[in-house]
Amino acid sequence: MSIEVTLTVNGVERSATVEPRRTLADFLREELGLTGTHLGCEHGVCGSCTVLIDGASARSCLMLAVQAAGAEVTTIEGLSDGEEMGVLQAACRDSHAFQCGYCTPGFLMTATELLSESPHPTEAEVREAISGNLCRCTGYESIVGAILLAAERGV
Amino acid sequence: MKPPRFRYLAPSTLEEALALRAEHADDCAVLAGGQSLMPLLNLRMALPGTLIDLGGLVELTGIREFDGGVAIGAMTRQRTAERSALVRERLPLVATALPNVGHPAIRNRGTIGGSLAHADPAAELPAVALALDAQLIARSSDGERTIAAGDFFAGFLTTTLEPDELLVEVRVPGLPEGHRASFLELARRHGDFALVGVAAVVALDPSGAIADARLAFIGVGGTAVRAHAAEALLRGSMPDGALFSEAAERAKGELDPGSDTHATAAYRRRVAGVLAERALREATS
Repeated sequence: MSIEVTLTVNGVERSATVEPRRTLADFLREELGLTGTHLGCEHGVCGSCTVLIDGASARSCLMLAVQAAGAEVTTIEGLSDGEEMGVLQAACRDSHAFQCGYCTPGFLMTATELLSESPHPTEAEVREAISGNLCRCTGYESIVGAILLAAERGV
Repeated sequence: MKPPRFRYLAPSTLEEALALRAEHADDCAVLAGGQSLMPLLNLRMALPGTLIDLGGLVELTGIREFDGGVAIGAMTRQRTAERSALVRERLPLVATALPNVGHPAIRNRGTIGGSLAHADPAAELPAVALALDAQLIARSSDGERTIAAGDFFAGFLTTTLEPDELLVEVRVPGLPEGHRASFLELARRHGDFALVGVAAVVALDPSGAIADARLAFIGVGGTAVRAHAAEALLRGSMPDGALFSEAAERAKGELDPGSDTHATAAYRRRVAGVLAERALREATS
């Protein structure tokens, strides 16, 4: 049994026919070729695959693609304007907020939601917001710094 | 790490969902917010023949007042409840407990009813439902019945819902005006399942004595547990540190936690007592 799924990704309507068991993460990567969304643990613990569904963060490994039918999905690819990096991305570069970079897309999507709801968070609020994202390289300091820098610059 | 094959059904009305639930009762899983079920599917610890997705049932969402109490639709997202002015005002325990559930990305998807029906003994909401004497409304094609929270949790990941029933609403009866609540838990990292946690509700009478007290624990057995003997000790007494210590001791005696790789039974019992005392203090200070 396959189902046609139509949704909007980064402002563009996309559709593909998939088995209902296809997770949204795999749908984005395999069907739509948007490999910026990374898969770490695939059971909702690491946060790498975080995307925005109608503006709210969600683990794309814990959603079926069919559940996202009709939704507006934003992925890491939606944060930049062509070749131009978005404010959060530039702040990450300037703060050296990644090493291997595997977890980065998830952190940036989580931070995007945070800054849209609370444009000037305290450091404690940033730490609380990203507590569901795991990074094994940076020790988090530079990531927290990048998010605060992006808030200062204004997203 | 991919879900197994299943037949996917997405009813658009409750009536349709109940008919499908009855038809596939012996081999189906119900998808609410998916934040517990999807990991089980990805890990293939759950292998349902049929998946019934309740995501389209708008009629099961929403928060409303009823008879002096508050009713929350089973498919209401945890994040929605957390931000509801009605919940904050009338159900402070729910508002204070919810931020402990996973992370915002989990609560954006996870539902109130889904967490209760999943009945994880370390999850926060079952203890909240117990402490608030919530009534859980179950529906089947044959009708509706009300299950007291105290009769709902049957064991590890098990409830007294029948195979053809769906949890449709959670009703919290009116609580005394001005009651206070506290929810405390100990977890290795924020958002992890708690090793131990406690939900406390305290209402004082005009003289300052405790008119009503509720204590419910998580992470201390197969289900969330109410500490009735400790509550009985608190009721009618003037709140003070000595009373809270004694109540915490009594609560520890009512709990029968197990040992696992995360903590020993003795440690869990000890932490339960410490958290209970702190929660009582927080709810009366």
